[in-house]
Order: sequence, then C-alpha cells, then structure tokens
Amino acid sequence: MRIELTVNGTRREADDVWEGESLLYALRERLGLPGSKNACEQGECGSCTVYLDGTPVCSCLVAAGQAQGREVTTVEGLREGDELDPVQQAFVEKGAVQCGFCTPGFLMSTKDLLQRNPNPSDPEIREALAGNLCRCTGYEKILDAVRAAAAVTQR
Amino acid sequence: MTSTETRTVPTTASGEGGRLGDSPLRPDGTLKVTGEFAYSSDLWHDDMVWGVTLRSPHPHARIRSIDVTDALRVPGVSAVLTAADVPGENAIGLEHLDTPALADGVVRYQGEPVALVAADHPETARRAAKRVVVDYEVLPAVTDPRRALDADAPLVHASREDNLVRAMKIRRGDPAPTAPVVVALDFEVGMQDQAFLGPESGLAVPDGEGGVDLYVATQWLHVDQTQVCRVLGLPPERVRLTLAGVGGAFGGREDLSMHVHACLLALHTGKPVKMSYARDESFFGHVHRHPAWLRYEFGASEEGELVYAKADILFDGGAYASSTGAVVGNGGTLGLGPYRIPSVHVDARGVYTNNPPCGAMRGFGCVQAAFAHEALMDELADRVGVDRVEIRARNGMREGDLNITGQVIDSAAPVAELIRTVRDLPLPPEPVGERDIRELPGGASNTTHGEGVVRGIGYAVTYKNVGFSEGFDDYSTARVRLEAVAGEPVATVHTAAAEVGQGLITIEQQICRTELGVDQVVVHPKDTSVGSGGSTSASRQTYVTGGAVKAACEAVRTSVLRRAAEALQRTGLRLDGDKIVAESGEVVAGLADVLDEPVEETVEWRHRPTFPIDPETGQGNAHVQYAFSAHRAVVDVDTELGLVKVVALDTAQDVGRALNPDAVVGQIQGGSAQGMGLALMEEIVVTDGHVKNPSFTDYLIPTILDMPPMQVKVLEYADPHAPYGVRGVGEPPTISSGPAVAAAVRAATGKALRRVPIRPEHITF
Ligand code: FES
Ligand code: FES
Repeated sequence: MRIELTVNGTRREADDVWEGESLLYALRERLGLPGSKNACEQGECGSCTVYLDGTPVCSCLVAAGQAQGREVTTVEGLREGDELDPVQQAFVEKGAVQCGFCTPGFLMSTKDLLQRNPNPSDPEIREALAGNLCRCTGYEKILDAVRAAAAVTQR
Repeated sequence: MTSTETRTVPTTASGEGGRLGDSPLRPDGTLKVTGEFAYSSDLWHDDMVWGVTLRSPHPHARIRSIDVTDALRVPGVSAVLTAADVPGENAIGLEHLDTPALADGVVRYQGEPVALVAADHPETARRAAKRVVVDYEVLPAVTDPRRALDADAPLVHASREDNLVRAMKIRRGDPAPTAPVVVALDFEVGMQDQAFLGPESGLAVPDGEGGVDLYVATQWLHVDQTQVCRVLGLPPERVRLTLAGVGGAFGGREDLSMHVHACLLALHTGKPVKMSYARDESFFGHVHRHPAWLRYEFGASEEGELVYAKADILFDGGAYASSTGAVVGNGGTLGLGPYRIPSVHVDARGVYTNNPPCGAMRGFGCVQAAFAHEALMDELADRVGVDRVEIRARNGMREGDLNITGQVIDSAAPVAELIRTVRDLPLPPEPVGERDIRELPGGASNTTHGEGVVRGIGYAVTYKNVGFSEGFDDYSTARVRLEAVAGEPVATVHTAAAEVGQGLITIEQQICRTELGVDQVVVHPKDTSVGSGGSTSASRQTYVTGGAVKAACEAVRTSVLRRAAEALQRTGLRLDGDKIVAESGEVVAGLADVLDEPVEETVEWRHRPTFPIDPETGQGNAHVQYAFSAHRAVVDVDTELGLVKVVALDTAQDVGRALNPDAVVGQIQGGSAQGMGLALMEEIVVTDGHVKNPSFTDYLIPTILDMPPMQVKVLEYADPHAPYGVRGVGEPPTISSGPAVAAAVRAATGKALRRVPIRPEHITF
C-alpha cells in the first residue's frame, strides 16, 4: 500500500508498504529517518518514541498505515536549523549520553514532559520517563540533563 | 538515505580542547542527540537484502535432514543457507573452536543458528525461514550443571570425554586449617543478560571480487575478523571490518552474533546484506552471565580476622565454551574478595550443559563470587560481634599484601578507606509522616502507604582484575598522525579499539591534545586497517589503548622535534603547547610551521606481562592490575508483599587517576545500576533448557523509577605501573553494588536470602 504523512513538517510518501509494517520501520527503512531507535520493537523501551499529531507514542506499536494523513515528529525534527533544542543541548552537556541508543526516546519524552510541566520535581521526572529504558547511565545524568533543560526552557 | 560509507562513526574534528583531567564533551554527542549517529542497525544500502536466522527449538537434538526447497520458492527470497554452504571451517569461539557458525548435524541449545535466509523484506525472510523443514531427533539434554559431571550425564560435545570446560584449583597455606570461628553458606546466582539496547546488527557488503566489508557493532574487531575469515575461508585482507555505532555492549558483543551469517549471505547473493535482531532474538543471539552455585566457608579468630577460606564455585557455561575458561580463572583467583587470607582452598569449575551459552558480562566471574563472600563476611561479623564495616576494614587488602595466588598487590589497595568512606557518606533521611508513594516499594502501583515497610542498610567491597590475564598477550595498537591543516596543527588518532558508549574516543582525543599540544584531534573510524586494539572489555581500554595512544604521540613528538632540529639547526628543542621552544624557553617555531609533511607513527603497546598460574597450587602473578570499590545500599522493603525499593546506592572507588572525571562517574553510576538489577530483578529463566522470558516485558532491567540517587566518591591513588596512573573503572561498580543491595534486603527482613535475584516470594515465605 501507499502511505502519505507529514514528517517533521514535510509531506512524505512511501510505496509498497506492507500492511504489517510499523511506523518505526517505515520511518527508519523507507523514509531515511533512522534516528528513532529499535531497541525492543515491543513497546517496552521507549527508544522509538515519536509524536503522532503531537502525542508521544511508541512508533514500534503503531502500524505505518495508522499514520496515514497524520503529522509525525521524530528526533530528527527536534532542532531548528543548526541550533540544538535545549533538551538536546542539556543531554550532551550533562553526560546523559553514553552509547546513546536510548537518547532519541528520552529526548522526545523529556520535551513532552517539559511542555506539559515546565518545572517538574524529581519524582515527576522519574514518573514521566519510566517508560524509557537506559542500560548505560544508571539515569543520574539523565536526571541532571532534564533538570538543566527545565531551567533553560523556563528562562 | 545515505550509504554506509557516509554513515559510520564520526570523523569530526573537535575544536574544544579538553586535556587529561578535564571532562570535555564527547565528540559523538551531537550526532547522538540529533539522530544522525549511525548505529549498526541504521545502516542501509541501495540494493541491500535482509538476512534472518532460523534457530533451533530444542536444547539438544540431532538434525536428520534440512529441506530448504519450500523456503527458496517464496517470492523475494534470494538465498537459504545451511552448514552445507559454509566454505571454510565451520567453527568459531573465543577460547575453543567448539561453536559451529551454523549447526552441523546437531543442535546443543535452544536458539542455536541452523539456517539463514536472505530476502528483499525482513518479513519475507522470516516467513520463508518458517518454511525451512528441519527434521530433528530430540536427544537427552543435560540442563542441571550440578549433574553435568556425573558419569551418566549426556555429553554435550560427543568428541569430549566429559562436560568439563575448565577446573581451577587454588591451594595456599595450611592444607588442614582450623579456626575458633567457622561460618559457611551456599549461594546461587541466576543468569543475567547484558541487555544492551542496540540490537545485534550490521551490514555486509560484497566487494565484487570475492571479499567482503562488514560494518558491525562489536567489542573487538580483530578477533571477529579472525573468526569470520576462518569460516569464510578467506585471508584477512579480503574481510575488512569497520565498527558501526554500538548501542552498548557489557560483554555481550565479545562473541560473534550475525557477523559470519551476514557475510555468508552477502558472498552468496552478491548483494549487501543487513541483519538486525529483534529483542527476543537478541536474548538467543548472545552469551549471558554464567549462573553460579557457590559453597563458601570462612575460618576466623574470635576477633574476626580471617584464618582460612574455602570456596567451591560452579559456573554453568551452557552449550559452548565462549569465555568460560577465563571466567573460571577470575572466579578462582579473585573469588574470595579483597581480603588477606593466610590459608586458602578454592575449586572453581565451568561446565558444558545444553543451556544457553554463557560468557562475558561486566564483572566477569567476580560478580557471582562477590554475592557469596560478602554475604559470608556479614555472617562472620555478626558471629564475632564486630561491625560489618569494620570487619571489612580489618581484613581488607593493603598495598604490599599477597593475594590468594601469592601475587604482591603493588599499588594502592584502599579497602578500609573505601568501605569507611561509603559508611560516612550522608544517609537518606529517615522516613517521617505521609510519604510520596512513588518513593515506596511498589511505587505508583499504590501497594502500600508505608505499612509493613522496613528499612535496611547493606555494605559490600570488591576487587577486580583489569586487562587480560594469565599470560595473555594483551596489547593495543595506535596510529597517530600530525599535520598542518589551514595553518593549524591537527592530529588524527586511529585505533581499532571499540567505542561502545563508554567514551574511549573522548579519552583518545584528550591524550593527543595533552601529548601534542594540539586543539583539533580527529578520531579515525575504527577498523581493521590498523593493528588490533584488543578487546573493549576487562575495563582495559583507557589503560591499554590509552597507553598505546600515549606511546604513539610520544613517537610523533620525537619525530617532529627531530625534524625541527634539522630544519632549524638547533638542539635541545621541546614542545610546549603548540610551540616549539629552545632550552632557553625561546619560541623558535609554531608546531604547524614544521609540518610541511605530515608525521605519522604507529605503536604497539603492551602492559606488564602476566603469567599462567600453577595448575596444582593456583599460585602465580596472574593479573596486571586490581581495581577496588565499595558500595552502601539503603532499601525499603514491603515485608508483606516482598517488594523492594532501593532508597540510596552510594559508592566509593579508586580509579587511579580520573582522565575524564565526568565519564568516570557515568561509568560508576551505570555499572552500579546493572549490579542492582541482578540483585533484585534481572534473570533469564531457563527451564529444561528453554528460555522462558526473552523479552523486555518479562526480563526486567532497572528503570529510572527503580534507580535511587547515587553518591559517588572517586579516590585517585595513581598506579605507578600504569599510563598516567589510571586504574580500570568500568567493572567494579557492577560487582559491589549487587551484594550491598542484597545485604540491605537481608538487614531489613532478617531473611538469609542465599539466592539472587531476590524475588518477592523469597521475602514473604
Ligand atoms: S522499540 Fe518501541 S518501545 Fe522499544
Ligand atoms: S546511553 Fe546507552 S542505553 Fe542509554
């Protein structure tokens, strides 16, 4: 089948999409956007998090066809021009990135959190990011990054 | 999309000049937050096809026949391969060539690769793989490692006399020691998974001349290359490996996964082949941490000073050896912990079974042992009435002591300081009044508001060898090039040492900047066009590859100064920053001024040699360096439901010298989380050789809600024998954190808890 959707503000289409393909697969393998990650492909790790019409979803659990005509934002769409989003900047600066495989998902979840709650407490950060697994950092520096990003976005 | 050639690890020059001891930003950080960093599963090629693996459903079976006809008929399928299609020797393995690349006549564990399919879509390939008809004759399996050495146990490898992979003995001091106080226990450790997030994956591109380029996530390119070449029957120059972006490793990428398979399919189809495991396949696609059964006995004086120790340690190696021999070596030589013990009797064994193969994981043989020796140390402390911290300080190794293999500990061994340091760190506040349920066991599941919740505190210490041991020729190669670009000196550092997320590339840049006075350092992609960097394991890369980069920089500096001396007709020149100065301190030239031609040096660097241990006594200088750490865990336990919330996990570690302090802390935090995971939740459940929970739904790793805040105290007692005084950092936190957590749960519940992971039913019943 053919799907048409808007990705990071640009109208995109893909042909010969098999009905069983996930949005994650379509983004990564058909639309040249491998930034969203595939750590589990079963809805458990959050590495594939994108926004579907502004709402964070695990793109591995969304069928590509379900995105027909809708707006998708991926990690590739976070920055404006050459300028990193404050959340991206904070993750780099605070050492929240080791292997980085979890990072795209954390960035999407963090940005969504800060939009809803610009000044989250630690328990609120932990609850909001509980669906994102990281195996490298032990999460301490991720918390540092989220706190730093919150401080910047509030300014 | 761009092709693989442009989507490999970054070659960006970083102008931000972090020297040793600074914490400059990682050079790949920006690529990783923008989604541009190319991991092994992101690779893509115009006309590529997808490879999938058909795996054995049985733990032990004979393959009577394989019929691929139906699979080949599926439209879109370009190849179906079996053992019959292996052109070279069908044998891989890190220590023993006991593992077929594709099962040849017999399968020895559930999940063993049997056939490969290539097709134009991964789903097509998966469906075709289901049409491969394998006629199995199921054989009796040995799945209890405690029975594996029985005379009537089925043989896992028919060519062998028994199921023993390695047995190690350590005998020291009084052969029949006695002591006024004797404590003993049995302990069991479950099977842990590395659970790196980036799946096993890569892209093999045939070169059209019978050779292949493989882009892959791994821990050691050159040992992969050797193994792939053997199976393909090709010389190394025709099998070139490049490191793709690695999504974590933790030991799980030491063995081959899809490497050979993708190359076989690529050479057979003449097309680039991409393979990428789904998470369930990943659980079958790499080795795990050995489950272990441990029996320990300590004899001590009335004051709690150790007189003797006995240990019997059994590791389940699973169907193939992988690095079981070296794990047994570590379990044996390090398995009594960082203590002074006059008389020692240790037996450590690793056996073959028809369970999933086990091999390297962070902490490598020491993790399992630490649960036992630390539980027993607490028991001894309580028996003699000495504080649990003080008993460790009292028995802890000090510099100059002999360890149990008779090796002198010839640099800092601050066991007492480490354990007292964690004790003295501030404790979390005692719970008062109404608490946020997110801070309680069960969390947002709202299982308690504090009733039945008891707090406990636990301590543990460990030590771990750094680098490869027992006489292994453990070296690394570095090539450093210095040239002028647009009037500025630029260094390029080229090693094959794998960056797996730990930040080695940042360290390589810092060393070059420090040694050569340049700001810009390009990290060349990691590949096999330079000599081996050795394995990214055993906490060794900053030490060994760091040592190689340092040596290569020194060689470059010498060449540059020689060249400057000739050109300027001066003697006694030295490099000061990016200036060449005379003895008087007068600046005679800029570094870039003498770089009309680039200077390049390649150096192979070795640490001090280690030696095999004596097979009868276990004595010898087996290890090159030891790293020490201590943890204190504070837990709240819901004693009615058996749920545990770790409230604090604090640690102190001697890192010799922190070349990048932020990265050191990051390693310690991440390592601590993995140890905590093993104590409380992480286990691959294997029943009769079958894995029951190959998913992140059922195999749990700590989330951000599970992890507590961590205070990290870094000590820097430089090791005079190591480059810059560094001491390996990555593994000790994974070893001492789990036993501290287990001790804290014991303290809260009063239960013996002689098994990890601790499950709710162990607490409530
Ligand atoms: S890949 Fe989608 S949740 Fe893990
Ligand atoms: S940085 Fe590796 S999984 Fe998070």
